[in-house]
Amino acid sequence: MDIETTNPKMTARNVSVFYGDKMAIDDVSIDVGREHVTAFIGPSGCGKSTFLRTLNRMNDTIPSARFEGRIELDGEDIYASSMDVVQLRARVGMVFQKPNPFPKSIYENVAYGPRIHGLAAGKAEMDAIVERSLKRAGLWDEVKERLTESGTALSGGQQQRLCIARAIAVDPEVILMDEPCSALDPIATAKIEELIHALRGRYAIVIVTHNMQQAARVSQRTAFFHLGTLVEYGETTEIFTNPRQTRTKDYITGRYG
Amino acid sequence: MSEAFDKVDPTPTDWKAEAMQRRIRKRYGAERRFKLVGLMAVLMSAGFLAFLMWTMVGNGARGFMQTQIRLDLPAEQVSLLDAGAWEDAVRVGGGDAIFSGIAWRTLRDRGARGGPIWLPAADAIDVAAKGEGTAEAERAYAALAARDRVRTGINWTFLTGSDATDPTVVGIWGAFKGSLLTMIVTLALAFPIGVLSAVYLEEYAPRNRWTDMIEVTINNLAAVPSIIFGLLGLAIFLNFMHLPRSAPIVGGLTLALMTMPVIVIAGRNAIKSVPPSIRDAALGIGASRIQVVSHHVLPLALPGILTGTIIGMARALGETAPLLMIGMRAFIASPPAGVSEPATVLPVQIFLWSDEVSRGFVEKTSAAIIVLLVFLLAMNGIAIYLRNRFEKRW
Repeated sequence: MDIETTNPKMTARNVSVFYGDKMAIDDVSIDVGREHVTAFIGPSGCGKSTFLRTLNRMNDTIPSARFEGRIELDGEDIYASSMDVVQLRARVGMVFQKPNPFPKSIYENVAYGPRIHGLAAGKAEMDAIVERSLKRAGLWDEVKERLTESGTALSGGQQQRLCIARAIAVDPEVILMDEPCSALDPIATAKIEELIHALRGRYAIVIVTHNMQQAARVSQRTAFFHLGTLVEYGETTEIFTNPRQTRTKDYITGRYG
Repeated sequence: MSEAFDKVDPTPTDWKAEAMQRRIRKRYGAERRFKLVGLMAVLMSAGFLAFLMWTMVGNGARGFMQTQIRLDLPAEQVSLLDAGAWEDAVRVGGGDAIFSGIAWRTLRDRGARGGPIWLPAADAIDVAAKGEGTAEAERAYAALAARDRVRTGINWTFLTGSDATDPTVVGIWGAFKGSLLTMIVTLALAFPIGVLSAVYLEEYAPRNRWTDMIEVTINNLAAVPSIIFGLLGLAIFLNFMHLPRSAPIVGGLTLALMTMPVIVIAGRNAIKSVPPSIRDAALGIGASRIQVVSHHVLPLALPGILTGTIIGMARALGETAPLLMIGMRAFIASPPAGVSEPATVLPVQIFLWSDEVSRGFVEKTSAAIIVLLVFLLAMNGIAIYLRNRFEKRW
């Protein structure tokens, strides 16, 4: 809201989203920092996931969804007719709530993105991309011996890191994470959080989470959503120690949620 | 404590009470009865299947056999005959009463050599050999048997020939090839059109009044009696488009109309059952709609699509009524050379033979049914193999 972000990666201005007649997002404006992990928190149904999905136009796939406002990626309007949505989604990657690897081999899962975007010139180059992506996702040492095995045979936490590797493989600028740890146990969650720390700086990261401790641990900026509106947006430390809005304070102290 | 607990009955539930025990016994009894009824249903259908198989194989096996009569020909007599005289030679040698109409072929293929030769018997003798002939034929057979001049051999003509008026001469190959060509035309049309329709309706079409109407129409089409498709085929393909009558191309087109809705419905269900998370995953890394469909949705839906296709194709293979309407019940004495040649198909051939007066056709009908069932099983086998190959877990 009134937080200043110099040279933001993404800016959203007066964004509203409707599902049919129902308003899901009401006039949200926010900046996503280039070097930051930005966390969206808020109770269930508050619109944080919906808003996240406007950032790479995944809401376009829902027929009843309607978008108003303006979102820019490096100053470029992503809802402009000149914007290629396929390329946008490669530049703004996404990791989903439930790990969703393709029912293909681990190698194919990672190689799929680079292949459809023509990012590798040959087998050797593709091998290098797969290895680099899996290393960045902290999965390489666990799977390097069994790249031909099915991605669905991995454990839940490994599957989620495979999905992160898959998103990284197309060299995105922004990674959107929609409650990436909600289906994982604490150990797998800790690994994902470490990974988010490691990826910060290389990619702008936006994470939606139900877990306020997680938001406090991984993010530098936190946005609190409630009933489709952005209640408060600021430095994570500020939000958690000194919230300006009573609604924010009530939520983070567990009065509702 | 909340008010809800204030008015609760103070006596706790007695789980050991007699009424409770009775309820438990009743529940177990109901479960046992249900299991028993289910088992009986399965046993009954298995019994009917076994009975069908038993009677078909029992009757039909004889259709693959023929009675043969030994003829001793002196070498010089054979060498006298030129190519055009073979048929007459058999008639002269044995008379048309005891040899089959194609006995001369056996003789011709043997060449100019003397000695004993086994020739297929005439229909009357063949039927008599199985104990169902006329008194006269029975006597003739008994006389031949007494002189040790009859045996039972495999009827190769049945597997290689086509329809004929003489049951000892008929073959199933013509109808088999007709069925094969018809099925190829049906599959080549119904499968791609059906799958593409299913993909379009599930993945691309907007949800509105029009698509609802199309959905209802397709569901109704799948339930339309097949004879009506025959009339449609007659009106469109023969009367309007002037395609050749009795040809597998017309039969295939007509059956494709019938099979397509089944494939569309099965395809839509299979596509619907692909988890949306897979689509999200592909879209999320920048796959286009067509890439999502061709790389992920279709491969995962393929087993289901194949199951639906095989159900539709099996129905099409056994279909008779619509093909009668487009003239595939004609008497066709040679196998079709292509899809536009006149042909008949297995179920129509069975229908035609079952209508024949001559006793000899009874076993031929059963034998043809066996061939049809084997065709069907082979088709299902291929489909199950393909389905298992493409089956993947997620």
